[in-house]
Amino acid sequence: MANAIALLGHYFGVSIRSQLQYRASFLLNSAGQFANSCIEFLGIWALFDRFGHLAGWTFAEVAFFYGVVNCTFALADALTTGFDRFGSHYVRTGDFDRLLLRPRPTALQLAGHEFALRRVGRLLQGLIVLAWATWALDIPWDAARAGLLLLTVAGGVAFFFGLMVLQASLCFWTTESLEIMNVLTYGGVETAQYPLSIYHVAFRRVFTFVVPLGCIGYFPVVAVLGVDDPLGTGRVFQALAPLAGVAFLGLSFGVWSIGVRRYASTGS
Amino acid sequence: MLAPYAAVVSARYRNLLQYRAAAFAGFVTQLFWGSIRLMILAAFYAAADGPQPMNLVEVVAYVWLGQALLGMLPWNTDADFKEQIASGAVAYDLLRPLDLYGYWYARTLAFRTAATTLRAIPMVVFAMLVLPALGLAEWALPVPSFPALAGFLVAITAAALLSTSITVLAHISMLWTLSGEGVDRILPSFVTILSGMIVPLPLFPDWMQPFLSWQPFRGLCDVPYRIYSGNIPIAEAAGEIAFTLAWTVVIVWAGRLVLSCGVRRLVVQGG
Repeated sequence: MANAIALLGHYFGVSIRSQLQYRASFLLNSAGQFANSCIEFLGIWALFDRFGHLAGWTFAEVAFFYGVVNCTFALADALTTGFDRFGSHYVRTGDFDRLLLRPRPTALQLAGHEFALRRVGRLLQGLIVLAWATWALDIPWDAARAGLLLLTVAGGVAFFFGLMVLQASLCFWTTESLEIMNVLTYGGVETAQYPLSIYHVAFRRVFTFVVPLGCIGYFPVVAVLGVDDPLGTGRVFQALAPLAGVAFLGLSFGVWSIGVRRYASTGS
Repeated sequence: MLAPYAAVVSARYRNLLQYRAAAFAGFVTQLFWGSIRLMILAAFYAAADGPQPMNLVEVVAYVWLGQALLGMLPWNTDADFKEQIASGAVAYDLLRPLDLYGYWYARTLAFRTAATTLRAIPMVVFAMLVLPALGLAEWALPVPSFPALAGFLVAITAAALLSTSITVLAHISMLWTLSGEGVDRILPSFVTILSGMIVPLPLFPDWMQPFLSWQPFRGLCDVPYRIYSGNIPIAEAAGEIAFTLAWTVVIVWAGRLVLSCGVRRLVVQGG
């Protein structure tokens, strides 16, 4: 385990050094992503400017949801480039054979494919929004709240990581990357920017029990904000909900290992 | 005289229509996005006090048309084009006995509209016919009046011409940047917010409206979708379509100007 972490650290070090060789490209990419995220947020602001509130939720509260999910996704996104490119870079080319020959888990090697520094643009924007929301809501921070927020982010990173592992696993069957998973990744981020309670009940069920997006955003954030959940969940459930993200990651690795077992090289 | 350009458009159409699986994935994605956007906007409307610049039925039409016609927005560039510029194959285009801008415009028009046609039809069928059948009539794409439909068809054609002119300009910019990565990163957010794809333009604050109503991206979504729903009365449609076409002329003119500068200093890459 210690060896695996050291190895991952080494992979990331190499990746970061190589990206910093192209400093202008890195800065422009990050700035671009930062600007794009700001423009998206402008849309949310415009709606609140016109309508005042969203089913009782204020702009600052929604900004808090927005900040949490965007920080979470930015972190997960930075760690999963290898899984994102799995179809085109490893399966179609047959390069996955090389990973199989090395005496380390394949998932570890893929996580080490790249630590995408450029995601710092989205992360930074998410942090700024989160900081503003915290200030505007005047949240009384204590150890329990801070701990739950960290658990939420950890659960969220595990959840989005799991989605990317699932997306990559599908390539064992289809060879090509399927863009359909974007519905869950980018679509999931879009969905989680707003409180789950505003969606149709069928969507809410899917995003709680099938794809536990609500468990790594809405439910714990409600507890951090200290408001009552209009959906009627209790604090204990809200505080434990982020663990669903970790469970989801575990299941995704299960699917991954089934996929690895049936992998047949394209041979070229 | 137009025959070679027509041939370019039709060849590209047949090529792009091969990708049916991608089209299906696109359909599912857009269905999801459309549903999410509608639920968010409906939740805002549910608590709105007083009349808004658009009613919810008009917003529903706006969202579904936006999802159906998403691919027509000038939010990305043609990968073939990028490859051609990076590899230096663009030199062949200079040798063709065609007006270079016209040739690129025809190719780009096909790129912009072919995949979209394939995606728009199932989306419209679903939103207009399947949703009411499922008992979700209030979320369905409303059937327009005949004059509104006629106005919409003209406006959406103008929007396609405008969108193509913007995409061609992005293609031409690659003569300088070579990679096209920069444009591909910047275009989507500007185009989606200024066209009305993220939030229908009339819902932006009133003090922003003078700026929003004069910028060219409005012709891509806002004008045609509001003509469809009747939010822009048919009597005003002609003026709005003229607005779209006027911007198209300006951007085509700018594109030609930039292209002639670009060709003069073009250094072909590779051997």
